[in-house]
Amino acid sequence: MNTNMHTPGQLISRRAAYLIGSLTLLFVCIAANAGASANALDYPGPAWSPYLVGAGIGVLSWLTLYFSDKSIGASSFYAQLAGFLGKRIAPRHMASLTYFKDNPPRVNWGFVFVVATIVGGAIAALTGGEFANEWLPPIWEARFGDSVALRAAIAFPGGMLMAFGARLAGGCTSGHGISGTLQLNVASWIAVICIFVGGVAVALPLYKL
Amino acid sequence: MIDPGKAVKQSSEKFAPLVAAAPTLIAGAMFGLVFGFLLQKGGVGKYNVLIGQLLLQDWTVAKIMLTAIVVGMIGVFPLHHFAKVNLHIKPTRIGANIIGGLVFGAGFALVGYCPGTAAAALGQGSWDALFGMAGLIAGSWLFAELSGWTKGTIEKWGDLGKVQLSDLLPVPRGVFVVGFALVLTTILVVLQQFTTR
Repeated sequence: MNTNMHTPGQLISRRAAYLIGSLTLLFVCIAANAGASANALDYPGPAWSPYLVGAGIGVLSWLTLYFSDKSIGASSFYAQLAGFLGKRIAPRHMASLTYFKDNPPRVNWGFVFVVATIVGGAIAALTGGEFANEWLPPIWEARFGDSVALRAAIAFPGGMLMAFGARLAGGCTSGHGISGTLQLNVASWIAVICIFVGGVAVALPLYKL
Repeated sequence: MIDPGKAVKQSSEKFAPLVAAAPTLIAGAMFGLVFGFLLQKGGVGKYNVLIGQLLLQDWTVAKIMLTAIVVGMIGVFPLHHFAKVNLHIKPTRIGANIIGGLVFGAGFALVGYCPGTAAAALGQGSWDALFGMAGLIAGSWLFAELSGWTKGTIEKWGDLGKVQLSDLLPVPRGVFVVGFALVLTTILVVLQQFTTR
């Protein structure tokens, strides 16, 4: 019997341990070299009242359910993009994966919804004189310097974690955080609380150490 | 008990073609435009507003989300009662919801945008959202690679099925909705009193 044999579960947990370990190390190195502790209130806030915007999104949730029988959500868009990309690179392999068997990628309501979200953000920013045209958020630059590569090196694995978490939890800050919570899903209330606990636990050392 | 929402025609998502019908796509595009517009106006396309929430300094995100939940609830449940909309109840899987939520939160802090606000941020010319979005695509792929394993393990831990908060208390759902909306509104009033933004 070969002692190097591992079950898929063991192999995955070992890889996950390496990934989490190296991310933590990277994180500590960056936090240790960072500038002064930040105050987010020194930077520009919203153009409109959060209550007005929140009420608008609430009404939007009625309309999407009434007219389209859909809940607002964003994270599946990225899974669909991954599916389209994968179908080009390794079509047979992609078709064999459980997630894509259950959720075949397609250009549907949710897909165009997120594409249009980009356009909606652009219209709001351009009409409100808030078009940023910048590669680094000012608060990030004040804390971590002017390296775009560093920003990418942190944001890319961050995006990976976000997508993995969203798929595991069954939604993101839109699908669980707004649509799921307002429909009183127990799953969504658990997930959104955990999202903020996880977020605060990482953001505080990142900006406050 | 008869679920009034079941009277509405069920969606045929499972049998949909590669590209959905034009009216569906046009509706999705119109609603997405409004969503992106509102997110940007609400300041949640801005990195400093989002990270400010995770630093417990800027409470814009909580105010928007709680207001959306209260307004959403008081419209959606009457519509459902009169069989005008279906509810989309997601299954509660305690292990997956907790682990997924925590992992998502950690990633959210590193990116500074979440999947929806990254789209609005890209629209407003915050190009660093692209790094997070590329990561989101890669992470979705990674999840798909492991989805056979997660389905057999984590997603089985504490699988309660489709449950709502109102199922947990012995009161009618209408009463629960009104009471819960009042609780969330009280939280909003307290937030407004004790936060600068």
